[in-house]
Amino acid sequence: MLVNKKSTSFRIGLAIAAVMAALALIGYVWTPYDPAAITGSEKFLAPSLRHLFGTDNFGRDIFSRVMVGVGTTFFIALCTVLIGGTVGTLIGAFTGYYGGVVDEVLMRINDALTAFPNILLALVFIAMLGFGKYNVILALGVAFIPSFARVVRAEFARHRTMNYVKSARLMGASHLRIMFRHILPNTRGVVLPALIIGFNNAVLAEASMSYLGIGVAPPDVSLGYMLSESQSYMMKAPWYVLCTGLVIVLLILGVSMMGEGLRKGGS
Amino acid sequence: MKNILKKIGMMLLTMVIVSFFAFLAFQVIPGDPTIKLLGSDATAEAVAELRAELGLDRPFFTRYLEWVIRALQGDFGSSYIYSMPVSQLLDGKLGVTALLTGIAFIMIVAASLPAGLFAASHQGGRLDRFLTILGQVVMAVPPFFVGILLTLGCGLILHWFTPGAFVAPRQGFWHSAAYLVYPAIAIALPRIAMTVKMLKSSIAGELERDYVRTAYSRGNSPSAALYRHVLRNAVVPTVAFLAMTAADIVAGSVIIEQVFAIPGLGRLLLTSIANRDFPVVQAIVVILALLVVLVNCIADIVNQQLDPRLRLQ
Amino acid sequence: MLEIRDLHVRFHDADHEAVRGIDLTVADGEIMGLVGESGSGKTVTAMVISGLMPRRRADVSGQVLLDGRDLLALDAAQMRKRQGCAISVVFQEPMSAMNPVMRIGPQVEEALRVHTKLSHQERRERALQALRDVDLADAEAVYRKYPHQMSGGMLQRAMIAAAIISRPKLLLADEPTTALDVTIQAQILELLRRLNREMGMSILFISHNLNVVRKLCTQVAVMEKGRIVEAGTTERVFYDPQADYTKRLIAAIPMRKKLC
Repeated sequence: MLVNKKSTSFRIGLAIAAVMAALALIGYVWTPYDPAAITGSEKFLAPSLRHLFGTDNFGRDIFSRVMVGVGTTFFIALCTVLIGGTVGTLIGAFTGYYGGVVDEVLMRINDALTAFPNILLALVFIAMLGFGKYNVILALGVAFIPSFARVVRAEFARHRTMNYVKSARLMGASHLRIMFRHILPNTRGVVLPALIIGFNNAVLAEASMSYLGIGVAPPDVSLGYMLSESQSYMMKAPWYVLCTGLVIVLLILGVSMMGEGLRKGGS
Repeated sequence: MKNILKKIGMMLLTMVIVSFFAFLAFQVIPGDPTIKLLGSDATAEAVAELRAELGLDRPFFTRYLEWVIRALQGDFGSSYIYSMPVSQLLDGKLGVTALLTGIAFIMIVAASLPAGLFAASHQGGRLDRFLTILGQVVMAVPPFFVGILLTLGCGLILHWFTPGAFVAPRQGFWHSAAYLVYPAIAIALPRIAMTVKMLKSSIAGELERDYVRTAYSRGNSPSAALYRHVLRNAVVPTVAFLAMTAADIVAGSVIIEQVFAIPGLGRLLLTSIANRDFPVVQAIVVILALLVVLVNCIADIVNQQLDPRLRLQ
Repeated sequence: MLEIRDLHVRFHDADHEAVRGIDLTVADGEIMGLVGESGSGKTVTAMVISGLMPRRRADVSGQVLLDGRDLLALDAAQMRKRQGCAISVVFQEPMSAMNPVMRIGPQVEEALRVHTKLSHQERRERALQALRDVDLADAEAVYRKYPHQMSGGMLQRAMIAAAIISRPKLLLADEPTTALDVTIQAQILELLRRLNREMGMSILFISHNLNVVRKLCTQVAVMEKGRIVEAGTTERVFYDPQADYTKRLIAAIPMRKKLC
């Protein structure tokens, strides 16, 4: 699978995603203002050169808060995909390759779980664990395992009967070696887009959960929570809502365009 | 016959698994409802007494089985917090959520089919590229943000509706539905884009097939071939996709209900989780699972009607 | 009846022509074989004649005269009047040429639905008759079946039924027996010969299989790389081939008895 570097949507997507990533990374070490600095006098300022996104109801600079928020979201989404992807791949690889009773049973359970919306699963986990950044990561990561496992399993089951696997067996390769040195690389065409979609879903899920107040909560900064706060001041300070929301949209858009570009160049 | 039995078996299995996991989950939760009810400085005896009253001191599996038996009769127990039967609590809210998701689903189907057909017949060219990008942008906007924008634009600025002034369906069906249109749009919009994309690629794929060439060889015009032959074939994978979408909508409604302050199952679920109100959460989770499973079943049946190859001989 | 004059076809994304100026005549009631290997341009020619070659894919020049009228000069709507009516096509793979979600009956009568104003009942009658004409037993049962419920041979008969139902002047058969078992092949060839005799319908039979062509066709044209290198009666071409290519083709046939 080649990445079609000439694909315009890939390039635009990459550019947008890169900007977001840059904001996030810079936000870790530096922001124009202290994101938590409450100033009584500078409340509800409209966007200007001093405050690119304006200020909020506590007089905090929205742009700085957005930078930190994007960092949080990025971090959570990446960890989610890491957990869900790794565990899901391991489960999917073993069940898809070996098949048998274990595979059947796990498949039924998996079907039941994937029929159920991701977010609700994560909700239940959060209820178990309580709020906070690391709990969200755990909850989302585990909630994403079933869908990854399903995709990987289907691929491994498909490749298992192919000729190159048979010849590898004949040459004495061990099962583990076949699975991870031979089959796994060949599944990139399907797994990579799934990872990208997973990333976007994780961003969406995290934003939704913090919006509802059950995800990342103060003092941590999160875009979803900011959106829910900004809703009360929609008429007074519309830039709060619009700028925060726009950033979320751009993040998702950038990554999904990259995903589109990958798929077009691949197949 | 065997097929139907298998399907029903799957349904039951899903329900059992979901309800079991939900039940299990709440055993593991640190934090007892008793603490919430009595306060953190309650005496040990008062706590023990309340626990016995609520039946929390009996072994796990007994309680699960009891719950299942009662649930099958429609009795979901009583809410810990509100001290009334859960079924009563769910009463009005189920209708609201059902109406909301129903409207959203109808919107998705009604908008995607014509849009998908249009997109498929105008492939290639600048209009197509523009629509594709538009679709991607729409899919990137989180539903709750759409909801917020709608509240801002249509509600506060244009005054097409008053945010927060929700009327229950019982008290005024059309009034209620009119209010629900906006949250329904928020839920439906990204999914319409996804379904259109799916339908378009499905149709485009079918147009490459041999039977389309046969249709042309008999004198069918391109549009006749599309409507008489291709559509029925292309719709089959889309039906399965729509079933998945139905599950998504249910999840989406949980969030949208917060945005628009709608008293449906979603809000109840969230507050109950926060309050550790197990019976309510359990009941809602199971009902939602049942809804999802039902929709999948219906989708399967519809698909079998459309594509005879899926039927058992 | 069908006369092709100086036909050239070049695909837009190709640097050479697929058909380089061929002339061909099919008389009324004749069975003409068009023979060649893959890439010889025979299928392309068939697609052009039947109007299934989209203008946006290839440049076509020359004339294709059906009863004196140049098909290449017609617009899409005019061509559609002839497709399925004056010209019918039978394709190679019956399983994929049929719509999998539609029953056989409606597919067989489709040409009638497009071109005539017959009632549903009348169309059904004709379809049943067509299915009997192609030797399918229990026409009513077949009418109600779906393609995946029938064997390849039966499906191809149904396809032929669909093609003849409008009593076309010309039947284009593009490798109709290639995907079938050998015993079934013979039956289909016999069927085509009988239909040609009874209905006076001309057949342009395209194949890479010389044996099959020899059994069915009275006239043969041999194509190589877009040109017709030899044409004439079957007997003459097989027993006295002039072109090198024809000789090579004949030599490559595995035969039980030799041609003497």
